[in-house]
Amino acid sequence: MNKQYIFVWEPETQKDRPVYNKIVKLVNEKTLTDRFEVIRSPFIGFTTNGPIVRIMPENVIYTKFKVEDVEDIIDAHLKWTRVEKFVLTYDNKNLPVQEKDTTSKQFKIVLRNIGYMDPESIDEYILRGGYKALEKTLFDLNPDKVITEMKASGLRGRGGAGFPTGLKWELTKKEPGPQKYVICNADEGDPGAYMDRSVLEGDPHSVLEGMIIGGFTIGANQGYIYIRAEYPLAIERLEKAISAAKEKGLLGQNILGTDFSFDIELRWGAGAFVCGEETALIASIEGKRGNPRPRPPFPSVSGLWGKPTFINNVETWANVPVIIEKGGAWFASIGTEKSKGTKVFAVTGKVTNPGLVEVPMGTTIREIVYDICGGIQYNKKFKAVQTGGPSGGVIPEKFLDMPIDYESLQSIGSIMGSGGLIVMDEDDCMVDVNKFYLQFSVDESCGKCSPCRIGGIQILSLLNKITKGNGEKEDLDKIKSISLAMQKASLCALGQTTPNPVTSALLYFEDEYMRHIENKKCLTGKCRDLVEYVVITDKCIGCGLCAVRCPVKCITGEKRKPYIIDQKACIKCGECYTVCKFAAVKRG
Amino acid sequence: MYIEKVTGKMIEIKINGKVFKADNGMTIIEAAKLAHVKIPTLCKHDDLPATASCGICVVKIKGNRKLLRACCTYIEPNMEITTHDGELYEVRKNVLDLILSSHPFACLTCLRNGDCELQTLSEEFGIRSRPYKEMLQPGPKDASTQAIVLDPVKCIHCGRCVEVCQNIQKVYALEFVSRGFESRIAPAGDISMADSPCIKCGQCSAHCPVGALVEFSEIPKVWAALGNPEVFPIVQLAPAVRVAIGEAFGLPAGTILTKKIYALFRRLGFKAIFDTNFGADLTIMEEGSELINRITTGKGAMPLITSCCPAWVDFLEKYYPDLIEHFSTAKSPHEMVGALAKTYYAEKEKINPASMFVVSVMPCTAKKYEVSRTADMSSSGFQDVDVSITTRELVRMIKSSGIQLLDLEDEEADNILGSYTGAGTIFGATGGVMEAAIRTTYFLLTGKNLDKLDVEVVRGLKGVKTGEIDVNGKKIRVAVAHGTGNVRAVMDELRAAKKAGGPMPYDFIEVMACEGGCIAGGGQPYQVTNAIRKKRTEGIYADDKKSTLRLSHENPDVKKLYEDFLEKPLSPKAHKLLHNHYKPRPLYYK
Repeated sequence: MNKQYIFVWEPETQKDRPVYNKIVKLVNEKTLTDRFEVIRSPFIGFTTNGPIVRIMPENVIYTKFKVEDVEDIIDAHLKWTRVEKFVLTYDNKNLPVQEKDTTSKQFKIVLRNIGYMDPESIDEYILRGGYKALEKTLFDLNPDKVITEMKASGLRGRGGAGFPTGLKWELTKKEPGPQKYVICNADEGDPGAYMDRSVLEGDPHSVLEGMIIGGFTIGANQGYIYIRAEYPLAIERLEKAISAAKEKGLLGQNILGTDFSFDIELRWGAGAFVCGEETALIASIEGKRGNPRPRPPFPSVSGLWGKPTFINNVETWANVPVIIEKGGAWFASIGTEKSKGTKVFAVTGKVTNPGLVEVPMGTTIREIVYDICGGIQYNKKFKAVQTGGPSGGVIPEKFLDMPIDYESLQSIGSIMGSGGLIVMDEDDCMVDVNKFYLQFSVDESCGKCSPCRIGGIQILSLLNKITKGNGEKEDLDKIKSISLAMQKASLCALGQTTPNPVTSALLYFEDEYMRHIENKKCLTGKCRDLVEYVVITDKCIGCGLCAVRCPVKCITGEKRKPYIIDQKACIKCGECYTVCKFAAVKRG
Repeated sequence: MYIEKVTGKMIEIKINGKVFKADNGMTIIEAAKLAHVKIPTLCKHDDLPATASCGICVVKIKGNRKLLRACCTYIEPNMEITTHDGELYEVRKNVLDLILSSHPFACLTCLRNGDCELQTLSEEFGIRSRPYKEMLQPGPKDASTQAIVLDPVKCIHCGRCVEVCQNIQKVYALEFVSRGFESRIAPAGDISMADSPCIKCGQCSAHCPVGALVEFSEIPKVWAALGNPEVFPIVQLAPAVRVAIGEAFGLPAGTILTKKIYALFRRLGFKAIFDTNFGADLTIMEEGSELINRITTGKGAMPLITSCCPAWVDFLEKYYPDLIEHFSTAKSPHEMVGALAKTYYAEKEKINPASMFVVSVMPCTAKKYEVSRTADMSSSGFQDVDVSITTRELVRMIKSSGIQLLDLEDEEADNILGSYTGAGTIFGATGGVMEAAIRTTYFLLTGKNLDKLDVEVVRGLKGVKTGEIDVNGKKIRVAVAHGTGNVRAVMDELRAAKKAGGPMPYDFIEVMACEGGCIAGGGQPYQVTNAIRKKRTEGIYADDKKSTLRLSHENPDVKKLYEDFLEKPLSPKAHKLLHNHYKPRPLYYK
């Protein structure tokens, strides 16, 4: 088969999709439609600012090109060659993040189809083995057998909490009553996390198939996908996938000619992070204010409109068809004792090759950061990773070789979370990073319960005080007291976990906090009130570059003599420190 | 009204190491009472389902690594609960410290000073300092209804008002707006309360733990009138006030203090002391005659619906304007007394009505709205009632006057608008208006009195009570509903019957906007529960039982009033002074 696939991703800011349209136009003009298929790709995670083009089967990824260059690229691939200057290269010998290869440390279950097929084509999904699991469920299995397989698989909720999925299904199935619901939680919201988005944009049918199997198992006829309105491509693809599945009789009345009927509808989230919490999500679908409510009763007993409901997140659903097809035992053979299967991580931050990674449970952070993602950018020093987004904690260097699963992460003060993994290097200030997460949680608190509503903003104000140079030692005790109140007395996980970044930072980086408080110093320069840039006279050769680049012109001096920084006028931007070729500017 | 889930199935639980048997439907906070522990809370009100918002009632459950909220966690067999220990104290105190950091320390100038749940809890926790920076979230103070005042800066976000407004009263005026630290209580769309569907029932203010929702206080106007020699101050006392005011002075709910309150009014300087119960007797004459008229002539819409509750009037004008024709045109009792004071009484006693200042003491916040509701409320040529204050406001006046209410000798009300029968007094409880009306209409239709005056079928706290009264072989079908949330079912039934053109399900319907009726009105003393509702109601019926006259048509002063002044029920004069009009109103003015 000589057909080539061109996957195009463009930033959302480029609404008119210039690259995609140009390629489609060229392919049409050159009557190459039999040869090339052009597909809008999900975001695959290379943090470049511009568009990304990936051509299969050669698997060449282009970045940093201009719209005008597209024609050269097409012409090159027509001759099975490539335009080398735009090809994405890696700093080390490891394979690209998205690669499926036996030598890689990755293992693709959830991401099995992403980037290898047209997500808008149900036929391609079926060709790649899609809906086989549904067929098997309807004709070879029964609900009890599905639950047996799910329990045997050991799959745990990928939304973060890690509740055993099979058990959740069993509990919901046991509940009496004719009306039950199935919900897919696609309200992904952790900063830097886009695992679910990629699955929905790249393989929407895998989620639908999982939900249909789930509906059949617990005896539900209606499913909802609660999705962020900020994911327009995912919404578009899900809508297309739902109507394609209906046309094929895989969804709707009498699925595949059986007595089982099941429908799926989309519900758009209105931009509240807390609606990712299951009870708030249910309230939102019901048209109420998206506030969490106490559990118990759990949704498996009393969920949407008071009916038994089970909610799983996108990644959990995408695992289901594979488990059904290959069996629970196969899935359980992957991973650690208590955490089975794989986990998708969105690795961002200071790594050389950021992107989506799917690894077996039990992989170490070192393997993810160094072996798969190429280590820290610009050979800087590793400082920590944050898992679990604003609900998680920091993991310092000493745990780099710890195999990660739900339990191990919890034991060191972090959580698995939904899969955001942010890598920090020596230039990142822990207090500053904590401020960022606290600000996020404060903005996203629903305001219902007092520990979360007031505690978050109080901790944030103490962090601001510390980074302004006004910190006192008692402030840490206050932070600890507030954290206790929030962790113990908040109603939902948002409030309970808001202090986690701070409490874990105080566990591993207390000295850095103390330096801010006692010495009034931020060595990274991130806290501008706690940093000074001084010219080291012995080292300065008087080239004057710093004075030229200084945005407020506060550096003066004569050529070939040491320059002087006016501390009163300095805005602590650090430009002089960065541009000096002789390390003659001291930060501290 | 919160009804505890009673399953009848008793299970064994352990509280602080001791075994107890408790009903399976209990929450931990309820079960803890068996162990003589009152778990501290700021958001759970015994009268409402849990809102689970304050985070103070957390307890430990063996085998659960999280602390659970006692207010909303139901007990399970063999549950082992720890209600207090060092860690729980620390967590609870930290939460309380946080709440206090966002609550203004303005206790000395707050209406709830000395009667505030947050203040009490702080005292109980021994709060001696404020560790965290004061961070207030000021919002616009809203006094637009002139009945209830919302001051968001004092709000502790317990959510009781939203619960009672939406889920109990089903008015949907109050909601949380915005989110996180900026969230606050306001009508949806952040409009003013006067522009919202608010019916001024005041249940929000009766359940608020702090001073965020309070009645629109008009005490200064009353003191000003009492201190002005040019003014002739008149006061009248609503039926429900007399059985509840004692609670503020440590007496059990339901204690009847009518005659001590009359004495108090004289000590305060009122020159004429009337009783709204007289107006209630008069209302029965007018409304009963209206009912008979509608039944016998076939003119006017059936069923007839009572109209003495201004929050209910507002509710119907907003939510069921198509049913306005069913309303009795009779004014509420205190408006009748006000109109007669400035006409009949003024003429009789030769007092210039312009100098009169009529104060109604009511269990109600909506009466504040009612006094200037339409032009009909100035039928005497002046505003018939000048000011309506709540029971809680009267308590504050008593305290600031220094008068020892309980030590006063009993005194009587003034003639002629001060006498009442047992039928007038039961207006204060749900079913009371209906019962009083049945007693009198029975007489008006048959010429004789009922054998048994107690009409049990309309009594009690059930949300909707229905029954049939046999009047000489004709069945009068009645319905009694209280709490606007319960009323909707009856009105929807009526609306459906009207739409179908079919037979009407009832002949006469009584509605009171607050659950339990006026005895649990929005202006009554705090901490109402069903147990207190029952006791206040018992007080009301005891007042009826001990009355020598128990039928409105037998009130000699009412008879005299008709002879001297009004001629007969529904006369042109009665229509002018004692009846009024209604109009559809929008739910939202903006």
